[in-house]
Amino acid sequence: MSQAYFQEISDWALTQIQGDEVLLASVAGEATDFIRFNNGAIRQAGSVTQQQLSLTLINGAKQTSGHVQLAADRALDDARVGRMLGQLRDQLQFVSDDPYIAYSTDTSVSADIVAGAVPDSSDVLGSIADASKGRDMVGIYAAGDSFGGFASSLGQRNWFQRSTFNLDWSFYLRDDKAAKNLYAGMDWSDDAFGLKVAESASHLGALDREPVVLKPGAYRSFLTPAAVGELMGLLSWDAFGLQAMETKQTSLLRMVTDGQTMADEVSISEHTGAGVAASFGEFGFARPDKVDLISGGRHSGTLVSARSSRQYGVETNGANTGEQPESLAIAAGSVPTAGVLAELGTGIYVGNLWYTNYSDRTACRTTGLTRFATFWVEGGEIVAPINVMRFDDTIYSLLGEQLVGLTDQSEMMLDAMSYERRSTSSMNMPGALVNEMKFTL
Amino acid sequence: MTMTQPSTIEMLEPRLRDALPSDVSYASIRLVDEAAEYLTVRQDQLEPLQTVTDTGVMVSIWDGGGLGYAATNNLSPEGLAAAVAKARHWAKATADRSILSEPPLSHPVGEYTSPVEVSWDSMSLADRIDLLQQQSRLLGGDNRIVDWEAGLVRRDVDTLLLTSGGGRVEQRFRFVYPNLRATANEGSNTQTRTFGSGAYCGQGGIEVLARFGFGDSASTVAAQAVELLDAPNCPTGTMDVLLAPDQMVLQIHESIGHPLELDRILGDERNYAGTTFVKPDMFGSYQYGSDLLNVTFDPTVSGQLASYGFDDDGSPATKEFLIKDGILVRPLGAAVSQERAGMDGVANARANSWNRPPIDRMANLNVEAGTSTEAELIASVERGVYFHTNNSWSIDDSRNKFQFGSEYGQLIEDGEITGTVRNPSYRGISATFWRNLKGVGNQESVIAMGTPTCGKGELNQSIGTGHASPACLFSNVAVFGGEA
Repeated sequence: MSQAYFQEISDWALTQIQGDEVLLASVAGEATDFIRFNNGAIRQAGSVTQQQLSLTLINGAKQTSGHVQLAADRALDDARVGRMLGQLRDQLQFVSDDPYIAYSTDTSVSADIVAGAVPDSSDVLGSIADASKGRDMVGIYAAGDSFGGFASSLGQRNWFQRSTFNLDWSFYLRDDKAAKNLYAGMDWSDDAFGLKVAESASHLGALDREPVVLKPGAYRSFLTPAAVGELMGLLSWDAFGLQAMETKQTSLLRMVTDGQTMADEVSISEHTGAGVAASFGEFGFARPDKVDLISGGRHSGTLVSARSSRQYGVETNGANTGEQPESLAIAAGSVPTAGVLAELGTGIYVGNLWYTNYSDRTACRTTGLTRFATFWVEGGEIVAPINVMRFDDTIYSLLGEQLVGLTDQSEMMLDAMSYERRSTSSMNMPGALVNEMKFTL
Repeated sequence: MTMTQPSTIEMLEPRLRDALPSDVSYASIRLVDEAAEYLTVRQDQLEPLQTVTDTGVMVSIWDGGGLGYAATNNLSPEGLAAAVAKARHWAKATADRSILSEPPLSHPVGEYTSPVEVSWDSMSLADRIDLLQQQSRLLGGDNRIVDWEAGLVRRDVDTLLLTSGGGRVEQRFRFVYPNLRATANEGSNTQTRTFGSGAYCGQGGIEVLARFGFGDSASTVAAQAVELLDAPNCPTGTMDVLLAPDQMVLQIHESIGHPLELDRILGDERNYAGTTFVKPDMFGSYQYGSDLLNVTFDPTVSGQLASYGFDDDGSPATKEFLIKDGILVRPLGAAVSQERAGMDGVANARANSWNRPPIDRMANLNVEAGTSTEAELIASVERGVYFHTNNSWSIDDSRNKFQFGSEYGQLIEDGEITGTVRNPSYRGISATFWRNLKGVGNQESVIAMGTPTCGKGELNQSIGTGHASPACLFSNVAVFGGEA
């Protein structure tokens, strides 16, 4: 769907309001090609076109919301939107005044479009097939436009559009021994893809060695940016939002109530300016370039949705309703990225973590497993892969008293998730060298 | 005389039939028409009411050795024609590169309708909101409760599958998902109790609420959240664990359901959801659990969350044993996976909506009842913990090393419950855990629940699965609690 079409249909919808009603309209959608692989062959391939329009009808302090798929066909869409508006208007009589109602009264107009150079998906098949020859390749290629828009009857108009691709794949040797990689961006390059393939292939030799079986215990460990990102993905559920803070449900509760800290080197932010997500939230509020969440190891800020801003009297920073980050970043540190194996010395090189969750949420004690290219290292040299290990440790230990340092380079990782639609979230993470990481099983 | 509005299926079926190509090996169009309502009262205040309508189709074409999909919500003749053209394009582009070149699919005819005793619409919106307000007030009565909410979700999902060989399957699902939550806090100790962590859900109408005791549970949920504040941490040690049905939901799901998915065994999920320790040669001989363990795939259970008449490729649903007397006998694999693996399976090709292709999923995956009463199970424990309501789940990508936690634990000593413990967790290995099953509750203790959101697949899909289980008792399990 184009910006012009969204403007057309939202303009029409906005003419349907009555009396003192206010209407907010937002759209989120995609036109995505996908190709799913297993054993280097194609398991499923196709295209998905979808665009969900969300309408919030407001009268005084009453509000109701509805969501409807648009067909990008005026005859169909006028009928769908008209029906939904009628339904919302009927519902307004049943709802009470909402003391936490909040919406932007801004009248700004913006368009943020980055077209990129995403190739025809059929053409990419050849490059992927070449890279997969003689290898057990499994994963997915997804590419196309992602877009979002906002319009209000008060005059605001925003549009956001990205054309991106991501190839999220693994080369498998056997059982659970594999090297995972992600090639994502806006401009496909066979050379850049080739480097990624070579990087994955280089891990296969070491993965082919007899695995080391470790006993539970504490080990010096290096967490790659992807592994740090998995930990931050867990914290993103509930750690950073104002509502979670106010209701004592944040997993960083001890930071807030007991003065618990992380290492001075740890600074975490929602860095919208460096990510690929929209710079406006679902109710039209602008997002600042950066919101500091942890600064110098101390709690320093929260993500504030429009609704929380009214309930708790704090200005919104355009966070989504769940107050979850979409462009989370950890500032780089001082451990030389090129020398992490030497810095690790003897210990575990954790390529990826998997299936993280809480062992004790209020203590920010987390658990999860090693996955993919995770190796035992001695004297700064990779010895062999390890069999899967479960860790159980607090973030205050991993990024606090046991943190040796963060790498001097961060890695930008586009989110390959596609629940409901392709994600526009990202993370910018350094690696982390940890003196002792506790493994339990 | 009353005129009835034609349904979306009635309106669109002729157009879909016209769009369905006949010059290919196999084609299907799957229409999904969903209407949903999300109601939540948090801290006695109605959150913005959410209404969702979502209609679209997935076109699937097998031709020339390739398979292509195209999903669209443009249901005009032109929009459908464009989707068919895209699916043809992908079938051509994938010819000779596909894992399976010929469709192992049939052209079924049939219908399914959720059993509804009392229509959702018989309760007005005002009454639904009022019910939640009542529950909210019961949840938030103690000043140590710092956050609370009551919620109701209703989803009506109508589907129509048409195939190029004359197949027609129409299914009408009616889902209800009630929810309660109370969070209590003192200092840096926060404890949350819920109404089964969302597992008390199913198909039907308003009667689903009474089925799970929704109207009578809020006070208990709140009281137990407060009770947990003063409870000691769960002890650490190797001991018996008794898992209540709302903890068994997760145990079944993660360490039986996912490992038995045939598409995992075939490797499809290795890049994302993971692989499995289960190998094809285990079926028929592998001792998955003790001889007390009987697990069925059963989409025919009336009113359970993932009941249906046909899967999304049109295979008719039947009840099948996956584990019989502890022995692994059958995988969770649908027609396409069965053809690839050369194995029998079940009717479990499922897509979460019109915009995703079907993959192997759990449907209702149930532990069959044993003979013990709950009292007998408790009485048989010298020292152990009774786990209620899952709140943490983590398992390795081969579905072996797991760690699960619950909201509420009860210490069992010398055959009696002697107190409440907080932050109860346990860890183990699937391949040995089920062999330590030493007691299975009788039919009286069985509750048919579900997991509303199970994530899997690339593109990612989140779908509901059903799990019915009695309370089950396991020996020699590593148990532990939270931080001091």
